[in-house]
Amino acid sequence: MDRFVFLTLDGLSRGAVYAAFALALVLIWRAARIVNFAQGAMAVAAAYAAYSVSAATGSYWLGFAAALATGLLLGAVVDVAVMRFVDHRSPLNPVIVALGLVLLIQAVLGMVYGNEFRPAQTPFSRTAFTIGGVAALSPYDVFVFAAVGVVGAALAWIFTRTAVGLRMRAAAFAPDVSRLLGVNVGGMLTLGWALASGVGALAAMLVIPTELGLHPHAMDLVFVSAFTAAVVGGLDSPPGAIVGGLGVGLLLSHVSGFAGSDLVPLAVLVLLLAVLLVRPGGLFAPVTARRV
Amino acid sequence: MSATRVAAPAASRTAPEGPAGRWQVPTLVRHLGIAVAAALALVAVSYGLEPFRNFQLATVAAYLCATAGLTVLTGLNGQLSLGHGALMAVGAYTVALSQDAFAERGVTAGGTLVVSLLAAVLVTVAVGAVVGAAAARLRGPYLAGVTLAVAVVAPALTVTFAGVFNGEQGLAVPVAPPPEALGVYFPYERWQLWVAGSATLLCLVLLGNLVRSRYGRTFRAVRDDEVAARLAGIHVARTQVLAFVVSAAGAGLGGALLAVLAQSVSPGAFSLTLSLFLLMAVVIGGLGRLAGALWGAALLVALPDLTHTLTDLLTLSPAAAQRLEGNLPLAIFGITLIVVMIAAPGGVQGLLSRAVATLRARLPGRRS
Repeated sequence: MDRFVFLTLDGLSRGAVYAAFALALVLIWRAARIVNFAQGAMAVAAAYAAYSVSAATGSYWLGFAAALATGLLLGAVVDVAVMRFVDHRSPLNPVIVALGLVLLIQAVLGMVYGNEFRPAQTPFSRTAFTIGGVAALSPYDVFVFAAVGVVGAALAWIFTRTAVGLRMRAAAFAPDVSRLLGVNVGGMLTLGWALASGVGALAAMLVIPTELGLHPHAMDLVFVSAFTAAVVGGLDSPPGAIVGGLGVGLLLSHVSGFAGSDLVPLAVLVLLLAVLLVRPGGLFAPVTARRV
Repeated sequence: MSATRVAAPAASRTAPEGPAGRWQVPTLVRHLGIAVAAALALVAVSYGLEPFRNFQLATVAAYLCATAGLTVLTGLNGQLSLGHGALMAVGAYTVALSQDAFAERGVTAGGTLVVSLLAAVLVTVAVGAVVGAAAARLRGPYLAGVTLAVAVVAPALTVTFAGVFNGEQGLAVPVAPPPEALGVYFPYERWQLWVAGSATLLCLVLLGNLVRSRYGRTFRAVRDDEVAARLAGIHVARTQVLAFVVSAAGAGLGGALLAVLAQSVSPGAFSLTLSLFLLMAVVIGGLGRLAGALWGAALLVALPDLTHTLTDLLTLSPAAAQRLEGNLPLAIFGITLIVVMIAAPGGVQGLLSRAVATLRARLPGRRS
């Protein structure tokens, strides 16, 4: 029972990170109809920026801020410098270009920092409090929940309560009409990329210290898990991404706790296939007419 | 535009006679002829090159099987697969296990390699059928995501089932030496080139015929417009699974040949990066054309070699040189992939064919 409680809480903490990362994928999908396969590599780049800043200044929080700033900037640069020029008529093209970005970013990181694991520090202790003899959350887990909660609430506020959010939704929903009404559609798209990439950077900062450490490929499996989470929730649904992320986190935590951590990748693949074959639109997808 | 559409049936009625009204060589004969010519050229080349170049050429041949298979899938059938590195791993591990089993029983004849390669193709076909059955129901980014998951997960499975696959260490692939009839001093690398080259040529002839056959036409029809293909009586899902199976067979043979060339397999050789490399190779070579697969495969071997000579020219500290050497090819591949996708989606072969088509259109009195 103790073990079950511990694994559940640990899974929720891990799931919160997957939720944030899945949210980043959903943001870009809703804005540009692109699944950003370079999200993981971009997030790792931001985490390396944090590593350098922290090493130079000795402050975790300056590094944290640097990661978020790098994430925002990288997202905007990728949109303005690369994605804008891709022919979007075939859905293959943006995917292939994003994969090119993965190769490029990981190679550059490897050249600058080397392909070895580097320790990543945490701002709070990862030793769990014990409540009534049961190991529960650690301060770091509380930090993870708070960070993801704040970001999720902030995004919800931006998209539903502000003029910029309304313009972003309009630009994604009906680009031509929005342009006629004076919305800077390209700018909104860039803003969407920047926000998504910033959220991805946050997720990387939160998850990397809990895994093996900083490495150019550190986010590969996280990306697959988060993609699964986004698909579980439905690529079009931000609340779905949150629920999907928490669900995937719980599942993986229990699989790794009860069946062995070797089986985690396999569990992700099985879950992804099962969801796509049974309910391809995700659990939260509205019924849509078939496009012919 | 409409005029050419009306004229099309008339043209197809005279098709067996060819565009110039003369008898056209049957596709199979033509492809076999090209293959025999290529084989002779390979044998001649294998005597002219130093052993290391022979080995590199053999590696090109192994990659060519996989890139040709991926071209059939992505270029002709419009399905994106990021999991072909994993399918290559399936072929490679099958060959390793099969050769190990033969060696344990004391069978070391040269023929065992043929059996093992066939087994590799069959096992990969079975795996490809399973993945393809799932893939046929998925489109665009969803398909990419699932195959990406396959590529990330497959190397991890070798650690999960370390009892069979020996984890990160991998397996050795015992391969028989060249037959004694070739002489005692026959270079091993030349023999490797012969083995890989003949398997690849066989694979290419089969794929080339498939592409020009009824099946190839249904592949393309499904790629261009699924609804129209269905209206024309094509079973879309079955066609997509078939394309995946054919493509998996190519990848399996390619992986098996790589394992035979390296005489070992380990999960590190079949990472996600390999899958991305294959995709990059077919995109740069030119999607939709088997000839493009050749450019891509050659590039996969040549570019790391070029960057190696490049880093040798620069004077760097050993650590920096090591970082640069491992990662520079990746960076170049990445940039090339992005630039080709934006500037020349047809790839190298697309540029070539466009140049040829422009030339032909300029010549009077000829239909292109």
